[in-house]
Amino acid sequence: MTVATHLEPTPAAPPRPPVEQPSTGTKLRWAVQDTLLMTRRNLLRYVRLPENLMGVTVQPIMFLVLFTYVLGGAIRVTTPDYVTYLLPGIIVQTMLFGAMITGFGLAQDQLSGLFERYRSLPMARSTVITGRLLADVIANIFVAALMIAVGVAMGFRFGGSVAESLAMPAVAILFALPISGFFAAVGLTVRSMEAMNTTFIVIFPLTFISSAFVPVESMPSWLQPIADANPFTIAVNAARALALGEDATGDLVRTGVWVTLLTVIAVPLAVRAYNRPR
Amino acid sequence: MPVPPGNSTDAAIVVRGLTKSYGKVAALRGVDLEVERGIVFGLLGPNGAGKTTLVRILTTLQPPSSGSASVAGFDVQRDAEALRRSIGLAGQFAAVDDQLTGLENLELVARFYHLPRVEARRRARSLIERFDLVEAGDRRAITYSGGMRRRLDLAAALVAEPEVLFLDEPTTGLDPRSRLDLWVAIEELARGGTTVLLTTQYLEEADRLASRIAVVDHGLVIAEGTASELKERVGGRVVAVQVVDAGQLDQTAAVLGRFGDNPHVDTAAHEVSVGVGQDAGVMAEVVRVLDNAGIAIADLAFRQPSLDDVFLSLTGRAAEDADFADVTAAIEGGTR
Repeated sequence: MTVATHLEPTPAAPPRPPVEQPSTGTKLRWAVQDTLLMTRRNLLRYVRLPENLMGVTVQPIMFLVLFTYVLGGAIRVTTPDYVTYLLPGIIVQTMLFGAMITGFGLAQDQLSGLFERYRSLPMARSTVITGRLLADVIANIFVAALMIAVGVAMGFRFGGSVAESLAMPAVAILFALPISGFFAAVGLTVRSMEAMNTTFIVIFPLTFISSAFVPVESMPSWLQPIADANPFTIAVNAARALALGEDATGDLVRTGVWVTLLTVIAVPLAVRAYNRPR
Repeated sequence: MPVPPGNSTDAAIVVRGLTKSYGKVAALRGVDLEVERGIVFGLLGPNGAGKTTLVRILTTLQPPSSGSASVAGFDVQRDAEALRRSIGLAGQFAAVDDQLTGLENLELVARFYHLPRVEARRRARSLIERFDLVEAGDRRAITYSGGMRRRLDLAAALVAEPEVLFLDEPTTGLDPRSRLDLWVAIEELARGGTTVLLTTQYLEEADRLASRIAVVDHGLVIAEGTASELKERVGGRVVAVQVVDAGQLDQTAAVLGRFGDNPHVDTAAHEVSVGVGQDAGVMAEVVRVLDNAGIAIADLAFRQPSLDDVFLSLTGRAAEDADFADVTAAIEGGTR
């Protein structure tokens, strides 16, 4: 039997205010508001960690400049010039690197113990993931716009309509989304930031054995089927056709199929990683 | 208002037959607990005892394997979201966003409790003042010292003015000065009427802060009561003998075994202690017997039992022994 010597019995206890259950509308408003708050928080981290910002802006621009001026002359392409060939490919690659940030960001939060706090707060648990993805998509839009601007300064020109021109980076960003899902699953699972770095070993060859930097036909014959089957090649071809104003229908459909397929695999993986008891 | 069966209305936390297993390893093996409103309740036990697991279940971070628990009248499984609106949690590691300022951290947490922006800002400012962080309020948390981070973490747990506050080893790893600061802050909270569940492996901490204490060991509550009730359990006072020659420790323990059960040997301190009755006359007897056995005494004490002594007499081990971190500890550590 517990005996309280230091507390008055019941009358002194403050009357418990009735707890009003929030309506469905309120809950929906909260969910949207929570996601936006988490997005804003993640974007603030982008801005305040200059090394992150460097990774997603300076590095791809450096790639664009070096490839164009150092290697471009030696690479034979069907487009008017190499920068026109390269820009769509390198944008898709950069968006994939951006997807890795999704994993890094979640790994950081998870390892720093911040998730413990977030999970104990009265917000939808998915907020951590949706807020992360939204912030990374916004960052990708910003980076894609920056790269197009630099590309245009280097002589790149869109060959199609305004809609096709806008669709070029959109395809790249959309393709990166399920990849973000994969990296989210990894980021939510790893036990150290060092483990996160190994993901680079997977993504780097994937983006090079493709049509992003050189035409597949210039590769050794044994490598060509691999490069052709690479979903990254398909997304790059779709983006390039849109940039040039050529017919992109086939590549767009195939990209759509890949995005759907990857999403179907990635989302359950990420959800499972997030719900994993830790 | 949902009241789970068996919940008396003025209990802030009710735990019934709670178990939690990770595979074959049982972290909690049937915990029963009742914490009344408005007190600081101490959960005392060594690493791996199951304290953190219990806090994680009560804060809905993990589901129990069996049994039931409610906080502020809300069931941890059925009413998890409502429960989370009523609690604050400061875990073992300061869950602070390094890249946000102190004020931004507090405001963000307040907004996640769905407080309006103006109110969130107001509370953030007042907590920054209360926890003596005014000068650091606009600086990023990455520039904070360990003690400042813990204070910010505690402030974040308080920003929604929760009914029940969970503090999981709030002072672990802090220097003595910061620890004292945090103790003062927790004492203020208690005076303000917040129910606090505090876990600690420091007996001194539980003794100072908690008005009731549950001693947890190997996933079970092995004793519960006020600090003085627990001390009564030792059976009066404690005789502690410090010997000159460490080689005589075992012999000393054998001799002291005649005066009380389970004499404890502290090798590092060259000390043997044992719970004895209230009669101070026993001291003369102890001295005489030790003298006869040829044991040289460096220091001798007849004192009130500390919670260390309580833990010893309950478990036969010291609470802060590092070498009995068992499988449970490994599991619990691995899942933090």
